[in-house]
Amino acid sequence: MSTATTESATSTTSAAVGTTDTQKRSFTASAALYLNERTSLAGFIKELGRKAFPDHWSFLLGEVALFSFMVVLITGTFLTFFFQASMAPTHYSGPYVPLKGVEMSVAMSSTLNISFEVRGGLFVRQMHHWAALLFVAAIGLHMLRVFFTGAFRKPRELNWTVGFTLFILAMAEGFTGYSLPDDLLSGNGLRIIDGLIKGIPLVGTWISFLLFGGEFPGTAIVGRLYTLHILLLPALVVALIAIHLVFVVVHKHTQYAGPGKSPGNAVGPPILPIYAAKAGGFFFIVFGVLALIASLFTINPIWNYGPYDPSPVSAGTQPDWYIGFADGALRLIPPGWEFQWLDRTWSFNIIVPLVALGIFIILAMIYPFLEAWITGDKREHHIADRPRNAPTRTAIGAAGVTFYAGLWAAASSDILATHFSLTMEGVIHTLQAITVLGPFAAYFITKRVCLALQKKDREIALHGFESGRIVALPGGEFIEVHKQLDEYERWRLISFESYTPLMVRPDVRGRISTRQRIRGVLSRWFFEDRIAPVTKAELESAKHDHH
Amino acid sequence: MAHDDHSGTDIAAASSDAHDPLVSPGTALVVADPFENPGFPPHRPRVTDTNPQREKRAQRTVTVLFYLSILGSVWAIAAYMLFPIETNDMASVRTNNLLIGLGATLALLAVGFGVVHWGKALMADVELVDERHAVGGTEKSRVAAAQIFADANRESGFSRRTMIRRSLFGALIAFPLPAVVLFRGFAPQDKDPVHLLNHTMWKKGTRLTLDPSGAPIKAADVTLGSAVHVIPEGLAEMTEGKLEEKAKAAVLLMRLEPSALNELPERKDWSYSGIVAYSKICTHVGCPVALYEQQTHHLLCPCHQSQFDVANHCEVIFGPAKRPLPQLPITVDDEGYLVAQSDFHEPVGPSFWERSA
Amino acid sequence: MTRTKRRTGRRHPFVFFGLLLLGLILTGGAYAAVSDDARARASVDANSQHTIDEGKKLFQANCATCHGLQAQGSGTAPSLIGVGAASVDFQVGTGRMPMAANGPQAPEKPPQFTDEQIAELAAYVASLAPGPVIPDASLTSGGGDAAKGAELFRINCAMCHNVAGAGGALTEGKYAPSLESTSGTHIYEAMVTGPQNMPVFNDLTISPESKRDIITYLKYTQENSSPGGYALASLGPVAEGLFIWIFGLGVIIAVTVWITAKSN
Repeated sequence: MSTATTESATSTTSAAVGTTDTQKRSFTASAALYLNERTSLAGFIKELGRKAFPDHWSFLLGEVALFSFMVVLITGTFLTFFFQASMAPTHYSGPYVPLKGVEMSVAMSSTLNISFEVRGGLFVRQMHHWAALLFVAAIGLHMLRVFFTGAFRKPRELNWTVGFTLFILAMAEGFTGYSLPDDLLSGNGLRIIDGLIKGIPLVGTWISFLLFGGEFPGTAIVGRLYTLHILLLPALVVALIAIHLVFVVVHKHTQYAGPGKSPGNAVGPPILPIYAAKAGGFFFIVFGVLALIASLFTINPIWNYGPYDPSPVSAGTQPDWYIGFADGALRLIPPGWEFQWLDRTWSFNIIVPLVALGIFIILAMIYPFLEAWITGDKREHHIADRPRNAPTRTAIGAAGVTFYAGLWAAASSDILATHFSLTMEGVIHTLQAITVLGPFAAYFITKRVCLALQKKDREIALHGFESGRIVALPGGEFIEVHKQLDEYERWRLISFESYTPLMVRPDVRGRISTRQRIRGVLSRWFFEDRIAPVTKAELESAKHDHH
Repeated sequence: MAHDDHSGTDIAAASSDAHDPLVSPGTALVVADPFENPGFPPHRPRVTDTNPQREKRAQRTVTVLFYLSILGSVWAIAAYMLFPIETNDMASVRTNNLLIGLGATLALLAVGFGVVHWGKALMADVELVDERHAVGGTEKSRVAAAQIFADANRESGFSRRTMIRRSLFGALIAFPLPAVVLFRGFAPQDKDPVHLLNHTMWKKGTRLTLDPSGAPIKAADVTLGSAVHVIPEGLAEMTEGKLEEKAKAAVLLMRLEPSALNELPERKDWSYSGIVAYSKICTHVGCPVALYEQQTHHLLCPCHQSQFDVANHCEVIFGPAKRPLPQLPITVDDEGYLVAQSDFHEPVGPSFWERSA
Repeated sequence: MTRTKRRTGRRHPFVFFGLLLLGLILTGGAYAAVSDDARARASVDANSQHTIDEGKKLFQANCATCHGLQAQGSGTAPSLIGVGAASVDFQVGTGRMPMAANGPQAPEKPPQFTDEQIAELAAYVASLAPGPVIPDASLTSGGGDAAKGAELFRINCAMCHNVAGAGGALTEGKYAPSLESTSGTHIYEAMVTGPQNMPVFNDLTISPESKRDIITYLKYTQENSSPGGYALASLGPVAEGLFIWIFGLGVIIAVTVWITAKSN
């Protein structure tokens, strides 16, 4: 940044920081000067302070995730001062009557202590848990926004994978946190993890043995998960968030198509002051909403669940929402998927969900690279697509969402059954069908809807919209007057990228490589059905017809 | 940043490659005669820009919000002091949580909404246009970076001295391996998980006792249609390793009409006048299977909905589990108490790789 | 809270939220109000021949179609000989009997008979053969050890009824009902008689004192609202997840729309 610093000396906008004259300066100016001479801060301010930040509500979803994570960090730090990650047995002696004298681990009793004896402790604990749920939910929604607007295209493919890794880390953070209180719910959750790990071929038994420090449940797991939860995972999350945000600065934010906006510019209010005010204020709003929820709504009432004991279990034992898809995948496997072969046990009722989810996650993670390979487009993309203008991508996304939703709903199959007076078996069979067939249905429906919307856009761009004004022609015919769009409105509808299917041609040696062949097939799949964007000539002739 | 030395002609060279004819658009449709971007629409002023009264009002609103925030903070502090948690009074916990929380909520929301409102209504309504530059930077800096690597390579001899390079890679691969070995210490060195998984506390003559009290159970006390949650004798008194043993030894005892039981020939004597004992640990992933329906004789796991038919030696009738729940052979001792005939004849709980039938 | 919101802009995301909250609280309150265990015990002498005769008449008019004229049972309904007064008091007192329609299980509904009539029916069925009797009020009105009761509840009941007594699903459309408003007497009677698919918990498996402890625990949960605030039906992570997606993110998205909308 040294070049930036020298440049700042000539800057006129940051006069207070840059000038070296001996005029009497205000305290703020002196402090700024002092700091700058030791930090090169002026360079950063000059570089970033007046960057334009495109403005759209959906661009704030990532911020929601960031802000909830900050709340998680703040509240979590408070909790560490009280929580004791020990599985040593103790007898509860706190104020909660239905647990008095009950044997439990120190982890559980210290969590009860935070809840019932530390003033405001329950508030902080509930805010921590609610913020964690919001954190992952906001990441999910943010990812959907990025996916459906194609904001992962060059140059942002790597940032998509960084974000995706954050999503997985957030789930890991959530699960380790869920397990810490050592109550009946989390204990049974760990029991499921133990069973899941044991089902992994070759290494499962030993991984479980090492993870739990011996036989399940052992006395080590809470302490180990605590180290992951408060040290390793948060460090990784913070580091990746930093990388994620640096990428945002390097790439500048995407923007939606609009008059004046082009692939070569970024249009929006400046970071200082408007964006800073909005984002700063929004942090407090997210914090405040979480505080409101935490003061009004119970979350994870471990006092109901009681201490972990391998014998009892509660009806409605579920993981937190973000692990639901994995739990649902386990529930949807039909009976009998386990075999003895070569004197070993092959638990396909566990291997299949693990592999299926693994493939799903990997496909989602590499999707940007896949699409880039299919289109062969090497240009940078800074204009976010409207989902309808990339029908195949949107349809693939809808299929993925349906698959995830099927698994997710399956994790609450018992609650769906009781609350909608259905049979549990019926719910599971339906969800099996939805998870397997639903994605195909979602794909075809979404693609048709996208193409229809594109057609409609085209229609409106060419012929305008129905004005609602009916006029009688001299011949007695009645027509509705179509009102033409103005050029700004039209620009929104017509300025989008369109791709044609790849024509596979032999290379110089007259051969077509398998790679090219596959690319050709994929490209046809992606772009065979397409609505061509309006051309100037078409618009001219349409205008001609009307007048 | 991405564009570290843009001056003069470099800006043009480095400006976004979106329109650069040298960058391949792939299969994108390139229109020879594209529409002209109409440029920015005319600026539309806000009410607060045109109406000084509205501007004043917005200013007042923001100020009031900030004062409300202070009020919220004071409220939260006051609630902390005025509504403490009284010993043994859960209602006071609720009040404490609610009032501190609402105070904090007001403090946070008011300042948040205030700042955003300030930004929206009062700060100058400007939109800036930044020019984007290719993320790859200028050709000049690319060449410079490549030169640095080339120099470093030449100076170090990294490519040239293959023997050094290869042995370095070897060393780098080998050095983390000791760390992998350390992980063996995560579990007791002298124990083998496969052996442990194959055995439970149950052995010949171990009495079946009630969970959690540990009181022994007389066969005559188990009425038809009942389900009793059972642990082996001696488990309730254990201090070390109690949960680990319980996680394998928990048993559900049920009494059916003997005529309703369809027993395997080799297990004919494993039950006692319609009383059967099955492991409570699901053969899927290990949740306690304890939802017993006394009329249908079905056992249901609440975690993943596997169902077992107790009348048919706990065969799986629904859900992801494959294997029936292991049966504990039982009989009665001289005093009429229920006892185990032996340990389970197979490992209990979830499947694992080394498990053989 | 609404006062703050009203000043901040044209969208008031929390107004809807607040109203809904109010609705939820009122519903919760209404539930709590009906969970009154002080069901007036009808003052009928269960042993008098008159009572038994009255019960017999009621039985023949309302129950005999399915259970047979002598309560001997039929293809569609079980024999009631030996089920005892407790069973009748539970089944009829919770409205499960007479069954309205055939289903996976008899649902709870408002009782069709007065307490007096129920007592007469119970006396008649009890006169057929000895069976579980209606428990004494000292065992069903709490006063035991809630901690012991909670532990027994977790081991013996929670897998079906949920740790907080919120109920849960069973196979083929059956379910374990919620215990959030069930009276102590009915809980006790259910344990000793094992209605429908519920297993029997006799006095040797769970002693009368232990049953009292369990009832004491359930009364504690019925009478004390959650220290953390509204309990979201005690359904656990599913309800929490649904809440954060719909209300948490819903409110936040409304705010994002407000933040990025042009001020006017």
